[in-house]
Amino acid sequence: MEIEEKVKSLVVDKLKVDAEQVRLDSKFNDLGADSLETMDLIMAFEDAFQITIEDQDMAKITTVGEAIDFIKQKKATA
Amino acid sequence: MIKRARIVGTGSYVPDKILTNQDLEKIVDTSDEWITTRTGIKERRIAPEGVYTSILAMEAAKKALEQAEVSPKELDLIICSTISPDQPLPSTAAFIQHGLGANTCGAFDMAAACSGFLYGITVAEQFILTGKYKRILVIGVELLSRVMDWEDRATCILFADGAGAAVIMPSEDDRGIVHTIMHIDGAFTDYLHIPGGGMRYVSSHETLNNKMHFVKMRGNELFKVATRFMENVSREIMEQTKISIDDIKYFIPHQANQRISIAVAERLGLPMEKLYSNIDRIGNTSSASIPIALDELNRAYKLDKGDLILLASFGAGVTWAGVLLKW
Repeated sequence: MEIEEKVKSLVVDKLKVDAEQVRLDSKFNDLGADSLETMDLIMAFEDAFQITIEDQDMAKITTVGEAIDFIKQKKATA
Repeated sequence: MIKRARIVGTGSYVPDKILTNQDLEKIVDTSDEWITTRTGIKERRIAPEGVYTSILAMEAAKKALEQAEVSPKELDLIICSTISPDQPLPSTAAFIQHGLGANTCGAFDMAAACSGFLYGITVAEQFILTGKYKRILVIGVELLSRVMDWEDRATCILFADGAGAAVIMPSEDDRGIVHTIMHIDGAFTDYLHIPGGGMRYVSSHETLNNKMHFVKMRGNELFKVATRFMENVSREIMEQTKISIDDIKYFIPHQANQRISIAVAERLGLPMEKLYSNIDRIGNTSSASIPIALDELNRAYKLDKGDLILLASFGAGVTWAGVLLKW
């Protein structure tokens, strides 16, 4: 799936982790991201998928899988 | 013939008293490691009791006037950018005008928060280009230690005291202020604010008990808009003046947080050696941060005639602005 691959590659790129570490249930926090790195990642998702992630939604995106689901849903309703 | 408005003199002043991260460890639940990795700040300057905003402003202003070889009496206008004024009334500019011994020229305060200095030189530029005024003093000054909640570890570690100033005069060649852009989006007023003490929440026992007279910040959300807006305004400036990132000698972002500065620089493809930073020593001094940084570069003889310097800011409002200087 295109979105899934792209999200994973952004996580690898931004958080400088190995691809094997990035699973659907991986929390950004556990991958070593602090709050600002998570914010940087959210911005990377916004840029890559041409979407806006509202303030109230940011807190709901804490894992790789949550990000993928959110982006898929956003793209479907766009 | 007037071609541009130019910064002819710069000056800055920070109080002597240094507050280190180790000092802060004794005040709030934090650590040097946490502050350094999240913000890049190692120490900041704090004004002693009895020193207030106009005093810091005048110290910086005197240095800028001296370098510009302009007497206070020759000034046509004083613009003071601050969100931490001496008093709610009258303007801090009034105290500065009198304290410097300037004539009864025009003088006013400007409240654009951390973008205030860039807003200020943008306004000054217009008066110079129209030919109305010839010598304008623009000051960015803050005494933020007085509006900090020293129990809020998210904000009290960031903000600090200081002042920076510039004297702006007509230029007959192409050196000077090349381009300016100002923005605000009031959709984000609660990202960074002091809710109490104005006419909406008039000072009372209740506002004091609720600490409404202190700075409140939504740091994560602010990080996002700050990074994006400073990147965007930098791109707007470069596109509209038809220059590329390679043409820029120094990029001076508002010194808010080193992580924001680096994120903006990376997004712009700016080599890190062109990113000017003093936040490790100075902290976030809001509207004073860019003029202090500019003065440091100027007095270290790091600026040569013709150098292009890109300034970018964001602050409460949310305001954001960009200025391109040809030194």
